[in-house]
Amino acid sequence: MSKEMNTENNDTGIATKINEFVVRFANTNGTGSASANNMFAKAILRMGIPVAAKNIFPSNIQGMPTWFEVRISEKNYLGRRGGASEMVVAMNAQSLNDDIESVQSGGYLFYDSSRSLLDQQIREDINYLGIPISAICLDEYSDPRQRQLFKNVIYVGALAAFLNMDFDVLKNLVSDQFKNKAKLIQPNIHALELGFQYASEHFSCPLSIRVETRDLVKDRIMVDGNTASGLGAVYGGATVVGWYPITPSTSVIEKFSKYCHQFRIDSETGKNNFAIVQVEDELAAIGVAIGGGWNGARAFTATSGPGVSLMTEFLGLAYFTEIPLVLINVQRSGPSTGMPTRTQQGDILACAYASHGDTKHILLFPENPTECFDLGSQAFDIADQCQTPVIIMSDLDLGMNDHLTQEFNWDDQQKYNLGKVLNAQQLDEVEVYGRYLDVDGDGICYRTLPGTHPSKGAYFNRGTSRNHFAGYTEKSADYVDNMERLTQKFANSVQYLPEPEINQHESQSEIGLIFYGTTGHPILEALDQLKEKGVITDTLRIKAFPFHENIETFIDSHEHIFVIEQNRDAQMKSLLVNELQTNPKKLKSVLNFDGLPMTSQLIVSVIMQELSL
Amino acid sequence: MSFVKSKFHHPRLPVNDLGLTYRDYEGALSTLCAGCGHDAITSAIVQACHELSIEPHKVAKMSGIGCSSKAPNYFLNKSHGFNSVHGRMPSVTTGANLANQDLLYLAMSGDGDSASIGFGQFAHVVRRELNMVYMVANNGVYGLTKGQLAATADKGVRNKAGDLSLFTDIDLCVSALQLGATFVARSFSGDKKQLVPLIKAAISHKGFAFLDIISPCVTFNNHTGSTRSYDYIHDHITTAAVTDFVPHKENITSDCNSGEFEDVRLHDGSTMRIHKIEEGYDSKNAIKAITDIENHKQKGEILTGLLYLDPNASEFHEINNTTDIPLNKLEQDILCPGNNALSSINDNFK
Repeated sequence: MSKEMNTENNDTGIATKINEFVVRFANTNGTGSASANNMFAKAILRMGIPVAAKNIFPSNIQGMPTWFEVRISEKNYLGRRGGASEMVVAMNAQSLNDDIESVQSGGYLFYDSSRSLLDQQIREDINYLGIPISAICLDEYSDPRQRQLFKNVIYVGALAAFLNMDFDVLKNLVSDQFKNKAKLIQPNIHALELGFQYASEHFSCPLSIRVETRDLVKDRIMVDGNTASGLGAVYGGATVVGWYPITPSTSVIEKFSKYCHQFRIDSETGKNNFAIVQVEDELAAIGVAIGGGWNGARAFTATSGPGVSLMTEFLGLAYFTEIPLVLINVQRSGPSTGMPTRTQQGDILACAYASHGDTKHILLFPENPTECFDLGSQAFDIADQCQTPVIIMSDLDLGMNDHLTQEFNWDDQQKYNLGKVLNAQQLDEVEVYGRYLDVDGDGICYRTLPGTHPSKGAYFNRGTSRNHFAGYTEKSADYVDNMERLTQKFANSVQYLPEPEINQHESQSEIGLIFYGTTGHPILEALDQLKEKGVITDTLRIKAFPFHENIETFIDSHEHIFVIEQNRDAQMKSLLVNELQTNPKKLKSVLNFDGLPMTSQLIVSVIMQELSL
Repeated sequence: MSFVKSKFHHPRLPVNDLGLTYRDYEGALSTLCAGCGHDAITSAIVQACHELSIEPHKVAKMSGIGCSSKAPNYFLNKSHGFNSVHGRMPSVTTGANLANQDLLYLAMSGDGDSASIGFGQFAHVVRRELNMVYMVANNGVYGLTKGQLAATADKGVRNKAGDLSLFTDIDLCVSALQLGATFVARSFSGDKKQLVPLIKAAISHKGFAFLDIISPCVTFNNHTGSTRSYDYIHDHITTAAVTDFVPHKENITSDCNSGEFEDVRLHDGSTMRIHKIEEGYDSKNAIKAITDIENHKQKGEILTGLLYLDPNASEFHEINNTTDIPLNKLEQDILCPGNNALSSINDNFK
């Protein structure tokens, strides 16, 4: 085995970093690296150290470069930091040159030394950790698939030695992971040991970057947003689902289905208390949700950008005919097919005003998986109470990556609020029933469901203009009356929506940051960095559209407002300007739209530049 | 033309088992053109539902966009109706049916709605075996936009403006048969004697029932040279079999399958009595039905009647293994796993 590149790692300059660094894995997709990388991240987590993992993957099944970035941060900086990594685990020859470039000066390149590096791949300012992983696997295993899969486990074992990870934690993880396939436990532990031993024998371990056990995770869990959204829909009482597969939303429905099979099979009959149908396209997917919502079931679908485009006509119908439904939009980089496996917040305007004519939709912006769960269930109450579609604006980063987040919690006292639906007895008590009679003056009228009453309450649901009794009309006054009521209803819906999260200093800052969804992840770190530079800021996280009035107050009471978001065209800023009485010149943007999550570096640099500090 | 429907009715109108007259099954006054075939379909639906003693409020009337899709407003005004968007009635009906399988879904579509913009949705709702009655009022022309050719117009015919139908026509019965529909029939709006029993049978059928109803457009497709005009249909119609519908209450004691007629027992206990006209007719052979339709078409004829029936068909909820209680009636205690269940879920993510 060649050792020629194995520089004894007496650190070419990197300072000791404990529990505060980034490890970036470069792999080939379809090689089973994802589960090994997850095991690495989870082991750090089980050592009580906060961790953020981001999978940066191609729209491809096998053979393309894929990266997995694990940020270890006892300061709880769980957004993307930006810049180069302290360690790169380079296991893909295709991307090796780029991966070498992505190592921080003084950092480490951990590579498979079964093949020697070329001269031009040697950087003087970084440390090389070469382990002949392929060669070890060739010796150790005869089955080609095993040779491939155990490579990944071996490098995790080596990392345990490099970074001073608790080896027992790793062993326990393996046992947990394969608890239903017990015969795989020992071989995996053996592979971990192979890596651990090689690293310990050939390098001085641990390195200057390393981990130490802490108790900082507390009652937090590590889960992806799509799992949380699917679970939230189960808790929210969803029963009817039409869907069409599209990255990155597919796993919302897969997880909904999984939890339905776990919790919604009638124990006596073995029958399903749910119906999920994979339909022909996104048009049909939302059509199913509309039919289900009209008929009194809690119905939803999940999609991403191109699916939203297809659904817009139906969204207009649901808005105009006032049918409750939930749409989970896991945004990806557009326009068109765009970058299907990269993240973005690019559908804000497309969703807020989806469909032709004057339409507006309720949007919810979860920041983390806990909110995906909470809003994923509450959205059904909101949709039923407001009798309109509710769109949950998740994104690829939130939906598909694991995030450290508060445990899921459900209040058993909380009852579903089905909104204004009349039963047969209530219909008997009503003197005159009109589907679009605004009895309560809040713009929200009373629904009836088919089959409720033999002679009262039936109406013809139509996408055409109608009078208070759902009868067709082309009378201008009736049309205007209805459209104005819808405006009033939309404005009133604010009371059912989550309020923005505001952090305002006692001695109020002149600078206010506005952000939403996953853009919140790097904020904590950015605020600390700004503070170090003497810049104190207040923050407001938008959780819903239509906007709560305190958003306008926040804007009014700050000299400088920065709207931080992940799209090219500053869509949330446009929406704020469009919907609020605010001076557009006052709002400045911090924009990131390269398909990767927002970084604290970018936020800090743009703000410092704008403030000319 | 009066725009208000008279509330007067004869005191001795016949009542059905529910004590309702046919007037109780009517809807708003039609705004379709005088003589429109769709109004005759409306009348056949009213008659069928009245005679079957269907509870009007247990019906959901589903439609898309077009003249045909306006029709549900003109029957069963005690039923809820859903006029959706163009070509998308099948998905909305799917969702509605998933939410409550106890209703009767009577759907009305047209040739544009089903054979063009909604051809995909049509195909997939057939595949899904949704328990519904899917009627197409087929006139081969776009009425509401004033006379453009539809995809069901025969290749080579001209519309009223003289435009030639350039492309192969779509036969929705053939498509439905190929896609696995378990009840397929074609009829003519002008033949109530044939149409009413077929609608009744379609309603009694469990599973997906498709009815293509030739329904001439008096305004835009009733000219000489049209193959969907009243005159043309009268001259070229032929019938595979004459069907009588015998309701459950008039129990037929033994299935009689003489050469003269065949009795097919439907899911709800009623019976379809089929008098064969066509040589070699077999209501249970979908492939032969396709061949028969095509053979008659070659001869310039339109084959009508019950074309295919699988009386033991399944439907979506059986395939899905859905609970018997309609999903929209399940309570929170059934639907929500509660906080206790979350502790093991949370543990999985630690």
